[in-house]
Amino acid sequence: MLNTTLKAFVWMVVLLLSAPVFSSSSAEGEPVDVAEMIMHHIKDAHEWHVLTYTDDNDGKQHVSVHLPIILIDGGIKVFSSKRFYHEEEAIEILTPEGETDHYLVNQELGYGIFHEEIYKLNEAGLLDFDVEGHVTNAKPYDFSITKNVFTLFFSSLLLFVLLKAAVKSYKSDGLHPPRGIARFVEPIVVFVRDDIAKANIGEAKYKKFMPFLLTAFFFIWINNMLGLIPIIPGGANLTGNISFTLTLAAMTMLVTVFSGNKNYWKHIFSTPGVPVALLPIMIPVELVGIIAKPFALMVRLFANITAGHIIVLALTGIIFTFGSVAWAGLSIPMSLFIGVLELLVAFLQAFIFTMLSALFIGEAVAEEH
Amino acid sequence: MDLITPDLGLVFWTGLTFIILMFILTKFIWKPIMAAVNNRENNIQEALDMAKKTKAEMEKLQTQNANLLKEARIERDEMIKEAKITSDSMIDSAKSKAQIEADKIVENARVSIQAEKNAAVAELKNQVATIALEIAEKILRQELSTDEKQKQLAESFAKDINLN
Repeated sequence: MLNTTLKAFVWMVVLLLSAPVFSSSSAEGEPVDVAEMIMHHIKDAHEWHVLTYTDDNDGKQHVSVHLPIILIDGGIKVFSSKRFYHEEEAIEILTPEGETDHYLVNQELGYGIFHEEIYKLNEAGLLDFDVEGHVTNAKPYDFSITKNVFTLFFSSLLLFVLLKAAVKSYKSDGLHPPRGIARFVEPIVVFVRDDIAKANIGEAKYKKFMPFLLTAFFFIWINNMLGLIPIIPGGANLTGNISFTLTLAAMTMLVTVFSGNKNYWKHIFSTPGVPVALLPIMIPVELVGIIAKPFALMVRLFANITAGHIIVLALTGIIFTFGSVAWAGLSIPMSLFIGVLELLVAFLQAFIFTMLSALFIGEAVAEEH
Repeated sequence: MDLITPDLGLVFWTGLTFIILMFILTKFIWKPIMAAVNNRENNIQEALDMAKKTKAEMEKLQTQNANLLKEARIERDEMIKEAKITSDSMIDSAKSKAQIEADKIVENARVSIQAEKNAAVAELKNQVATIALEIAEKILRQELSTDEKQKQLAESFAKDINLN
């Protein structure tokens, strides 16, 4: 049992460390832009780049999974991202900083993609840039199944399948000790119940919030972990994406605000012990507090996970920055160390998010003391 | 910076996925797991309570038993004591009764022995008197067998009378 776990762990580490090697596209002697590679990795994408290799004719071959693009632009338009990335020509541009960049267009569809943003093309079939290098074209609403959206679905499914397997072992009478995956899931569920929900919300009211807290915890955790797996279907920086953390933080805020009792609102609109004259100052401060708490949740998760991804990639990138395999002797042990640390961070951030959510909810439902 | 600019599509999908996931997991996962865990915990608690209760009951029973045993012992001792007293008194009364009876028997025996003795003495007296008469008769016959002797006797009597 332990041996299998160890083997799986070693494989994971090997894959983790090999990820940047796959994702960096370097022909012999050509310098690799590590910063660009890192930024590309931590951002969302409309295709899932798996690897690039150099074929016999010194041409680069990309292996990617093409994800569907869904646009709302006077009706729903669905097409494969393949029609951007590999069918059409790249159009070279010069940025205001004097560097060359490129964007992809598909004139048949009338859309162009620049830095993973989709724009409507102008009449000439091109994008317009202002002096600062921003695109001025109109944007359709982009509901594409991007790398991160795909990860969302995949992790949800994975979570459901794993947890369903755990539930199965309870089928008999539920009096046996947990078996199989349940042996792993149950302590966490009990931990969330006792140390997060009961501790912060209180024995009387915690039950109502258990589904939210449990789902948030497991959802963040599994996505943190998937983010550490370097190849498809892992490796997307979902929990380090501001949209994801914003949404979850907004959920916490909504749950907090909608479960807030009389006492909670009294504290905001007429804080006890504060002179009436000060209330015009206090009320806005308290209202900012409603936003500030989930804002901190949003930033904390985003920054921690993104930083972890950047560090692992940057350490591996040392090899390519200096162009020598010898640097692997330094960079791989360091990546390994950070990689293991990230396993802890994955759990810790899920815990902190859930813990603070429970704390905020607990404040909102607390009885007068 | 587009790194910190929220993307509408991803916000939409995250929100939708999270809410759907929360409902699905609540229905199929959290409820059964929580129910099972609570059920087990309740069972364990009940079993513990039951064990405690049983232990207390056992102790109560044991003390009860001990008390019962003690009482029984005391009762037994009392019974033995009483029996002893009763038997002692029975023996005593029997003894005294026997003594009285024995005395009575001895007394009766003595009385009848006395009576027998008296009768025997009386009988003996009679016999002796009879024998003495017979002897006296025989002697008289002998004395008065001849005329001479009669004369002699008469003379001796006459002598005695003369003396008077």
